[in-house]
Amino acid sequence: MEQFFLDPSIYTLARGPLVWLAFLVFLIGMFYRVFTTLKMAKKEKVIYPYLNLKYTLRSIFRWLMPFGSISMRKHPWFTAVTFVFHICLIATPLFLTGHIELWHESWRISWWALPVSLADAMTVIVILCSILLIFRRLYQQDIKFLTSFSDYIVIILVALPFITGFLAHHELLLEYKIMLTIHMISGEIMLIAIPFTRLSHMFMFFLTRAHTGSEFGAVRHSRDY
Amino acid sequence: MEFKRKPVTDIGIDETLNRVDEAKIKKAIDWVLNKETSARLKVFVETCMRCGMCTTSCHHYLGHNNDPTYAPAAKVKQTIWDILNKKGNVSKEDIKKYARITFTECNLCRRCVQFCPFGIDIAYLIALVRRMCCLIGVVPQYIYDQVLSHMQTTNMLWFRQDEWLDTIQWLEDELRAEIKNGKIPVGKKDAEVLYLAHGLEAKYMTGLITNMAKIMNVAKVDWTLPDTDGWDYTVKALYAQDFETMGKVIKTHYETAFRLNVKKIIIGECGHAFRTAVYEGVRYLGWQEPPIPYIHGVQLFYELLKEGKIKIAKKIEEPVTIQDPCNIIRYRGMGKMLRYIVAQLCENIVEMSPKDDHNYCCSAGGGMIDSGPPWKTARIEGGKVKAEQIRNTGAKIVIAPCHTCHKGIEDLNIYYKLNVHVKFLVDIIAEIMEIPEEMKP
Ligand code: SF4
Ligand code: SF4
Repeated sequence: MEQFFLDPSIYTLARGPLVWLAFLVFLIGMFYRVFTTLKMAKKEKVIYPYLNLKYTLRSIFRWLMPFGSISMRKHPWFTAVTFVFHICLIATPLFLTGHIELWHESWRISWWALPVSLADAMTVIVILCSILLIFRRLYQQDIKFLTSFSDYIVIILVALPFITGFLAHHELLLEYKIMLTIHMISGEIMLIAIPFTRLSHMFMFFLTRAHTGSEFGAVRHSRDY
Repeated sequence: MEFKRKPVTDIGIDETLNRVDEAKIKKAIDWVLNKETSARLKVFVETCMRCGMCTTSCHHYLGHNNDPTYAPAAKVKQTIWDILNKKGNVSKEDIKKYARITFTECNLCRRCVQFCPFGIDIAYLIALVRRMCCLIGVVPQYIYDQVLSHMQTTNMLWFRQDEWLDTIQWLEDELRAEIKNGKIPVGKKDAEVLYLAHGLEAKYMTGLITNMAKIMNVAKVDWTLPDTDGWDYTVKALYAQDFETMGKVIKTHYETAFRLNVKKIIIGECGHAFRTAVYEGVRYLGWQEPPIPYIHGVQLFYELLKEGKIKIAKKIEEPVTIQDPCNIIRYRGMGKMLRYIVAQLCENIVEMSPKDDHNYCCSAGGGMIDSGPPWKTARIEGGKVKAEQIRNTGAKIVIAPCHTCHKGIEDLNIYYKLNVHVKFLVDIIAEIMEIPEEMKP
């Protein structure tokens, strides 16, 4: 933050104030989305009375476990790709040395970091998976039918920080600092976009699964997985 | 890929659309969007990742040569997403398309929900669009006629109360040919059980009532039928999403039970009635669960066999397979009970695959068979998967403890030349159970 006031530039802006802004929008936005959803759910008389913790957890567990549902077993390739994609997508930025250093710099906290080469590989995996997901949308008929332009944008939004991060790390295409700036900005855009796009599924997943899991388990005595 | 269908005329849809204007359409849509929906609609629409995991779970998609427009999420896209995108300003042509998709290309079986990573309730979204159509008055004629009958008579086929009493009287006469002093009590106060029948059983399939009466007499159940309107357990209003009529019918059933002071209600083998009586209906009336136990035929037979109240004289030897009706299996987990019963009745069981709560719908449920002859082709095509499932078992008998599955599979049997007999549990049990010497005429 101080860096920006000492030396205002796009680089320091993206490195300081914009990060805070992105995290704030992300957290407040998501909190707001979840809160309003929970409040709206009250209007529907058939949600809360039937919620059941045991079956909510069963449902979430089944669907977070690779191949935990019949659906995943029927789509082994897609399941493998999405699990690898999501794990790398979340773990890489959280456990990247460069990111942890930034946290340390401003908050004096740090944690275990991924070995640089592994993080690099995981970044490539995210990029490759994104390409696969785009191809799937383009060529698999049933998904092509469902897909709209915004679905591609969402994938690009997610892939961009990884692509630019990779390029910056290997000092390819553009000068390091410029690429790094683009990287930071794209990451911030992604964070900000989460509450306002389908990316919000990262939180909504738990809410819909709670409802459907409870309905299936506690009321219908059958499996939702 | 676009939405391509052969033209079908249904006066319930086409004629109504000639009469209404866009303002009425908008009003109905706005009512549902503003007054009857909330979190579920919003979250389900905004969280669908268009991942296609649900696609192959639907028998309509598979039965129509993997036509993407039949995929579960595609049906949602072409209906409620479209309505939301257009902010409710839709044309009559649009409504016609929505009605076709939601009434005749989805059984509300909820199999796709089991396949969606987010548990998005596609059947709920489809039913929502049916509700909009219903408020406009656009409902397949065959469903609508039955709903009108329910409104006035509380049964599905304009049966009058005196006809009902008359029917039961001569059925009792017939019963006595098989059971000495056999009784079909009507309107008996303080009985243990109130038994309700399917509308069709009173008019065309009376053997089902006689067979149930045989079992009740042999098992010495203290039962009664209603002496008033409300004896028919069907609730066709569920298919139209006419909540008001649905509520009225379900309320009549429970009120009849209270008036006769019985301990529980038992119905025969019917899926939608059971589901409405324990979910949609009671929820609409403001109860969390049914106020008194509401028992399905499968639960009844399970208890009677388990407690030894009926005994089987000779088991069936031919290979049989089991149809798991969505409305009692996926909706109430009776799969194990059903299998227990069938194991008591039959020597040779060959299961379908997939089975139990992952079973495919018969393609007749959720109002599709009730949409009548104009839509039979849609149903038969969607039933291809079920037909293949049955053929692969090599069974000679399909046990289908649901009126809709029963009729639906009979049609599939003819069209796909499966050479099977479709049977109700009640018919099999009545045929092969032991009748104590003193009860024989
Ligand atoms: S028929 Fe069943 S599987 Fe197909 S869309 Fe409707 S609810 Fe889903
Ligand atoms: S499986 Fe669920 S999220 Fe995926 S397309 Fe179907 S409804 Fe949408």
